[in-house]
Amino acid sequence: MTKTEKIQRLAELTAGQESTSGASLWKEAARRLRSSKMALIGGAIILLFLIVAVIGPWIAPFSPTAQTWRDEVFANQGKFVNPRAENWFGLDHLGRDLFSRFLVGARQTLLVGVISTLIGLIVGALIGGISGAAATLGGDAGRRVDSVVMRFIDMMLALPSLLLAVSVAAVMGQSLTTVMIAVGVVQVPIFARLLRGSMLAQGGADYVLAARALGIRKRRIVLTQIVPNSLSPVIVQCTLTLATAIIEAAALSYLGLGNPDPAVPEWGVMLSTAQRFFDNAPLMAVFPAVGIIITALGFTLLGEAMREALDPKLRG
Amino acid sequence: MSLLELDGVKVHFPVKKGVIFDRVVGHVHAVDGVSLKVEAGQTYGLVGESGCGKTTLGRAVLRLVDITEGEVVLDGTDLAKLPPEEMRRFRSRLQMVFQDPLGSLNPRQNIESILSEGMAAHGIGANREERREKIKAILAKVGLPADALSRYPHEFSGGQRQRIGIARALVLEPDVIICDEPVSALDVSIQAQVINLLEDLQEELGLTYLVIAHDLAVVRHISDVVGVMYLGALVEEASSDALYAEPRHPYTKALMSAVPVPDPEVEEKRERILLTGDLPSPADPPSGCRFHTRCPWARERCATERPELLDMGDGHRVACHFASEIAAGELERTGGEVVAAARPEEPEAAPVTDDEPGSAPDAGVVTAK
Repeated sequence: MTKTEKIQRLAELTAGQESTSGASLWKEAARRLRSSKMALIGGAIILLFLIVAVIGPWIAPFSPTAQTWRDEVFANQGKFVNPRAENWFGLDHLGRDLFSRFLVGARQTLLVGVISTLIGLIVGALIGGISGAAATLGGDAGRRVDSVVMRFIDMMLALPSLLLAVSVAAVMGQSLTTVMIAVGVVQVPIFARLLRGSMLAQGGADYVLAARALGIRKRRIVLTQIVPNSLSPVIVQCTLTLATAIIEAAALSYLGLGNPDPAVPEWGVMLSTAQRFFDNAPLMAVFPAVGIIITALGFTLLGEAMREALDPKLRG
Repeated sequence: MSLLELDGVKVHFPVKKGVIFDRVVGHVHAVDGVSLKVEAGQTYGLVGESGCGKTTLGRAVLRLVDITEGEVVLDGTDLAKLPPEEMRRFRSRLQMVFQDPLGSLNPRQNIESILSEGMAAHGIGANREERREKIKAILAKVGLPADALSRYPHEFSGGQRQRIGIARALVLEPDVIICDEPVSALDVSIQAQVINLLEDLQEELGLTYLVIAHDLAVVRHISDVVGVMYLGALVEEASSDALYAEPRHPYTKALMSAVPVPDPEVEEKRERILLTGDLPSPADPPSGCRFHTRCPWARERCATERPELLDMGDGHRVACHFASEIAAGELERTGGEVVAAARPEEPEAAPVTDDEPGSAPDAGVVTAK
């Protein structure tokens, strides 16, 4: 056989062995995610939550703000109406239907969770991305930029997260936007550190060296080589952050830094209101609390499942 | 003039220490003055034990690490002094094949994307279709099916991945390819395939290789000229046949004597040179000849004066003050240990000093206590 024939034969042999799947790592991760029970349960919880958040106001049996049973509640001072056939979750201190408030409140809760996570993700990823890019491909000057940025991030991390959120909220005044920003700011250093660390780990990889040897521009190496390979932990962190963001937003509302408008129901606000009547009507606190816990659990389950699906070591 | 010329190349990495502000407290002399010439169309093999700086030298040629001092001249252009953007454009003429075939391929890019990226960066091929045609031609050349284009690195075997790595280097039509341990991560059966492929490609495309390896057999098979590195510098350089037939530097002698001979009778009578001590730290290299701390023939002069790599008359370059005396057998050994390769009467010494028979001779690390 001549050399060309030999190589041709080699090509034929290898062509025979392999299936022509062409599955990218993202596709494979999605496939693994679909077969994971944890992802399934987490996804189901989140889906339910999303549906409630979207159609809540329409399926709520009563108006969430109307004090329909005002006379009933005000008549028997100090005695709250527990769940009954008409009002599944009972009534609050102003004679409003708690079930309706719960359904309508889901939307605000979701909004707080998603937007504050987005704030944390976008700002944090920008800072971490710049820092990581500078550290991996920027040479000595880049490393200096990186260490300055990271010292700043370390300072943010050094503050207790709730204290940081409370200070932001205190400066900006009482509103839902404040809560979102405050919760988002707390997440910024976490995302920044995570993406930077991940990029640093990838920056030393052989394929980055190979890309440099090919003569690909640095900006392109960062965008097409380093960043896509550094995103997995960030994506996982997103789902986990959604869970903590909802809880932190609830905590801020509970501390009285949330939306002061009582007309807009939100689980965290409901929880903080219920606190005042906890001795007389403990069930009033239970429903929003359980709602927050289950939603957070759903996001956490999905996040854990995604972490496993995206881990290249578990690929099989 | 040679296609690729290295003149006094040094790569020193600063060692930094400090709580808040980093101070440079010393340098690791990874590559410490290497001069060599690679002729067009030939293969230059670089051998040495782990940590001797051969990989760093390969990367320095491509300017993937900063060159502290010296010249790397490719076809009349000194790469060490090129500004970054010009260097980037120059990279298409100088490519690299990496040791770890999987690690050197981006796991999230498919093969077409991996192979076309370099072409796009250098403006080869006017559009996607043109590039795809070219990539298909190259895939056929390295023995990969055309449907590999849409697949991802993890879907290939080790040998196939290395062929993708070779294809990635080839699409840019380079003059010189630096192969850093191109086969050491592969199975022995696949090693032969990849080496033969490299040789076929050289014949077909007139490529020039700088092959870095620790496997003496691989280097002997593929190289025209072989250079032996020790602690950041060349100690010996000769044509492949000459070097393996008659190693002249004490280090090379020790290296070669560690390779078992596949003939029991010869192996029985063969003598082995055992080196004492460990490889010194490149952060604090010995004075004079780098090898004098472990050399069986070391003299006082070796500790003070660093020998230059001098031609001994027949193109065989050796960096040793006493190379000709040692070759003529006129010099007494001052240290070290020379033993018969097979020593059945000394059972307790076997696990300590003997290489396992048949193992790849990552030689020179044979240490006698």
